[in-house]
Amino acid sequence: MSDTEAIETEALGAIAGAEDLAALDAVRVAELGKKGRISGLMKTLGKMSPEERQEMGPKLNGLRNRVQEAVEARKAELEEAELDKRLQTERIDMTLPPRVTPEGKLHPVMQVFEEIAAIFGDMGFAVAEGPDIEDDWHNFTALNFPEGHPAREVHDTFFFHPQEGAAPKVLRTHTSPVQVRVMEAQKPPIRIIVPGRVYRNDWDATHTPMFHQVEGLVIEKNIHMGHLKGCLIDFVREFFEVDNVEARFRPHFFPFTEPSAEMDVKYTKKGESIEIGAGDSWMEILGSGMVHPNVLENCGIDPNEYQGFAFGMGVDRLAMLKYGMPDLRPYFEADAGWTRHYGFRPWLSPSVSGGLS
Amino acid sequence: MKFTLSWLQDYLATKASLEDIMAVMLKAGLEVEAVEDPAAKLADFTIAHVKAAEQHPDADRLRVCTVDTVDGEKQIVCGAPNARAGMTAIYAPLGAYIPGLDFALDKKPRKLRGVESQGMLCSTKELEAGEDHDGIADLEGDWAVGTPAAEALGLTDPVIDFEVTPNRPDWLGVYGIARDLAAAGGGRFLENPLRKVEGSYDCPVEIRLEAPEACPVFAGALVRGVKNGPSPDWLQQRLTAIGITPKSLLVDITNYISQDRARPLHAYDAARLKGAITARLGRPGEKLDAIDGKTYDLGEEMCVIADDSGVIGLGGVMGGQSTAVTDETTDVFIESAWFDPLRTARTGRATGIISDARYRFERGVDPESCVDGLNFALALIKEYGGGEISSARIAGAPPVRGTRVAFDRRDVARLTGLEVKPAELKKMLKELGFGIEDAGEAWYLAVPSWRFDIEQSADIVEEVARLVGYDALPTQSLPAPEGGRKVVVTGAQARQRAARRVMASRGFLEAVTWSFMPKTQAEMFGGGSDALTVANPVASELNQMRPSILPNLAIAAQRGFDRGEREMRVFEAGPVYLGDGPKDQRNVVAAIVRPVAERHWSGASAPYDAMAAKADLFALLTELDQPPARFQIEAPRQPHWHPGQSACLKLGPKVTIAHFGALHPRVLKQLDVDGPVYGFELNLSALPQMKARATKTRPVLQRSDLTPIRRDFAFIVDEGVAAAEIIRLASGAEKKLITGVQVFDVYQGTGIEPGRKSIAIEVTIQPEGETLKDKDIDAIADRVVKSVTSGTGGELRG
Repeated sequence: MSDTEAIETEALGAIAGAEDLAALDAVRVAELGKKGRISGLMKTLGKMSPEERQEMGPKLNGLRNRVQEAVEARKAELEEAELDKRLQTERIDMTLPPRVTPEGKLHPVMQVFEEIAAIFGDMGFAVAEGPDIEDDWHNFTALNFPEGHPAREVHDTFFFHPQEGAAPKVLRTHTSPVQVRVMEAQKPPIRIIVPGRVYRNDWDATHTPMFHQVEGLVIEKNIHMGHLKGCLIDFVREFFEVDNVEARFRPHFFPFTEPSAEMDVKYTKKGESIEIGAGDSWMEILGSGMVHPNVLENCGIDPNEYQGFAFGMGVDRLAMLKYGMPDLRPYFEADAGWTRHYGFRPWLSPSVSGGLS
Repeated sequence: MKFTLSWLQDYLATKASLEDIMAVMLKAGLEVEAVEDPAAKLADFTIAHVKAAEQHPDADRLRVCTVDTVDGEKQIVCGAPNARAGMTAIYAPLGAYIPGLDFALDKKPRKLRGVESQGMLCSTKELEAGEDHDGIADLEGDWAVGTPAAEALGLTDPVIDFEVTPNRPDWLGVYGIARDLAAAGGGRFLENPLRKVEGSYDCPVEIRLEAPEACPVFAGALVRGVKNGPSPDWLQQRLTAIGITPKSLLVDITNYISQDRARPLHAYDAARLKGAITARLGRPGEKLDAIDGKTYDLGEEMCVIADDSGVIGLGGVMGGQSTAVTDETTDVFIESAWFDPLRTARTGRATGIISDARYRFERGVDPESCVDGLNFALALIKEYGGGEISSARIAGAPPVRGTRVAFDRRDVARLTGLEVKPAELKKMLKELGFGIEDAGEAWYLAVPSWRFDIEQSADIVEEVARLVGYDALPTQSLPAPEGGRKVVVTGAQARQRAARRVMASRGFLEAVTWSFMPKTQAEMFGGGSDALTVANPVASELNQMRPSILPNLAIAAQRGFDRGEREMRVFEAGPVYLGDGPKDQRNVVAAIVRPVAERHWSGASAPYDAMAAKADLFALLTELDQPPARFQIEAPRQPHWHPGQSACLKLGPKVTIAHFGALHPRVLKQLDVDGPVYGFELNLSALPQMKARATKTRPVLQRSDLTPIRRDFAFIVDEGVAAAEIIRLASGAEKKLITGVQVFDVYQGTGIEPGRKSIAIEVTIQPEGETLKDKDIDAIADRVVKSVTSGTGGELRG
């Protein structure tokens, strides 16, 4: 066995036997360091004759390369083992609770406003708005409520103190005054919905002094009551997200529509909650009708040229029906438990194509 | 409005069942609210014959009866003392629900003291049909076994309650209901023209009309020698069934005609009348002691009935005590007048009197019904109370109203999409009482005197549509909008939606709270003007339109805490009110946090504070595409904020868009809220509108390939110097290349003299085009130092 073979055997043995990175590095320095054994042999090449060099060159180079590779390989092994060992000491109890980020929720009424807007938006309705504090003209007179007529009284109106020479301002009792504002400002064709707060002086188990409505208005040339029915039936089907909503229309009286209709949907009661689209009881969900010619005239629209329909629905109750809130009162109490339970996740954005809820 | 089925059948010949009649009512717009069918409630109960009643072997008080029932012969153990052989009793089978006891019998026979009982014999009380105290019902009459108990008890007449809409006062009488239901296909209307009653002498009571605008017509007649006792059974039963307590013949007759014909009358004790009867307006200081036992102050706008003694009634509203009929009344004067609806409504509101007469007159009584109504009353009085009738005296004349309406038949299809043949139209309208003058396409219709809701063609269309039934109308989806689909949400609406989602995603619960609040609270938050005070609030503490949402949210957070919630983060996006004009409403987003320290195994996190509120506000603005840096931060301008820990955000010198920070401790104390409370209120309406971009294409990304350089500086300045000022001065030192300034340390204490503070910043320099040499960077650093020190009077910290 030549010298180089002996050295190689010894070096590789020492590398394999190195227990940690420090021991391995000591071997590397002893063999391949500046003053190392193999480095020393490499230095002897310069003093050799060409023939000797011819023979020893490849041998020594091969030796150095193999030892170097062995060092690298062992180093990788030892690092791997060392990492494993270290990681064994880095345990944390992953069952511990993380920091809690507070959970926000959206109010069901506001969500339902958006659901309704999504459905009607898909039918080409724009969203219009108007002030909560209204004058007598927009809330009543323009809508064909005769002054002093009992039809005004059923509205339980909130009044402000009268100012000189004018009827007192009121808190709007319905979203219908926005119909008037839109028709006064815009020429047909008109398709709008109006979500908003409305106010009536009534407070008991089923009424709150403030509640929410969505108003709808369509004014075009050839819109008749069949479209009213079709549009609203399409709406309730989409809104309740059940296939078999059954609806009916009945005559009713509203001063600002003629003919007027109320719409009922079929429902059944299951325990505390209500199921739409089943059973054989009827529940009123909205009022509607063909816009009264007097209202069109009051807004500067010729009733012989344009006609259309209007509707209004109570959003708080629609939300109750769809999502099963048993009671109206907590709606306005900013109750954390209630909002967390009945509220909606922030990024659930209702759309007809992507699903309402 | 309530009526019974048999009462309706006085005027409606029909074979329709109760259910069918309800369906016709619904179709025609008479919204049924409740039907009480006593027969349906008693369907389980039938007549049985007791064949034998033996003493129970083991119980003194029980009897073992052998009963012949609809289910065959049954053995029934009964505790009633009056159970006896041969009686006609009411039998409840096993499983029947007993309404008066509110329980159902077992479905299997039970043993009572060892003897099996196969049903129950009932009292009328147990059936909620009477008050017999002697034990079980012991019926008179020859009722066959199996006869429904309801029939034997005379409880077969269902009571229907429905909503009368304000446009249809003619539905306030059973007669008018029958007419409408007949026209809607519910049967044949039995027209019942009222008999004219001939008087045997002239009416001695003179009638004067001094205010024809209030009372244009007044008919009256006297009946002498009436016996005013209880009214006949049928009349009492009808009134009782609809919830009116029978009083006496004369009162019951006027109540009856009011319900039957929607024609209010008033009966005066003629012996107590003094001189002529006058319908006039009230005079200052006049009062009325009304029959409800209360005294009312009368106004000059009110129509009163007076005689020589003064006011004896409020026309169309309520009569007076001094001339009211009593059981002793023998001479009665009947008033059948017409009072103006609007005036009656005003009088009703002013006095607060609620009466059947007011209810009818303010909606509109048929002005042609004065004489008929009077005659009806006279006929009933004569039949049941006897006496001698005078001739009727009629003062004035019924008001003439516009009774002719042009009707374009094509309007039916135009407005409803429904085709109805002219012959059918005519039939329906005639049945409703319209007179028809056929002039081809246009018809002229004479409107019946009892209708106040028919003024134009569209009103006729409604009559047609409801009589045909809305089910028969076509159902068509809306055609696609003209001109294609557009974006239907405005920028402001989109912003509010986005704001709500941002707040909820940052852990806030959305609230919807009242638009009104106590005036005292509104005043604390910069509101409270009289123009925004509700004159008739639902509760005294909800009397002022809110100038801010913050107090509602702070109170809600405190209430939540009191109920066991920990830290509450709550927001609301909604209106606040600066004035009562249509443009004085602002849409704001308000958020508050009432911090509660949470313990955590990894150590407590920094509590929510004024800076956290600022972070939430700035995150919101960023999400709304409103870079916060475009706004100036200044001292708060609203009094409800902590003077040292809050600020406002301004856009230019005039527009304030938001306040944020800590709420004022004094205000919180007044709200009964434990502080501190932090939050913000952002006026969405004041944010600049985002301009719609001409193209959806984004500009090309401009980015330097060169690595940014960061340099730290610390300055010692007066403690009053705002950090924002240092940032502004540092950024301004080299506007082109300095792209960021970050405060990373604020220090006061050892090493810094009192009244001063150290602020350390990191300045980011972004080379453009070419690498900066050391001397270039040093030059920029020098400019930063110079700009900040000269601008603040501070110095570089050594």
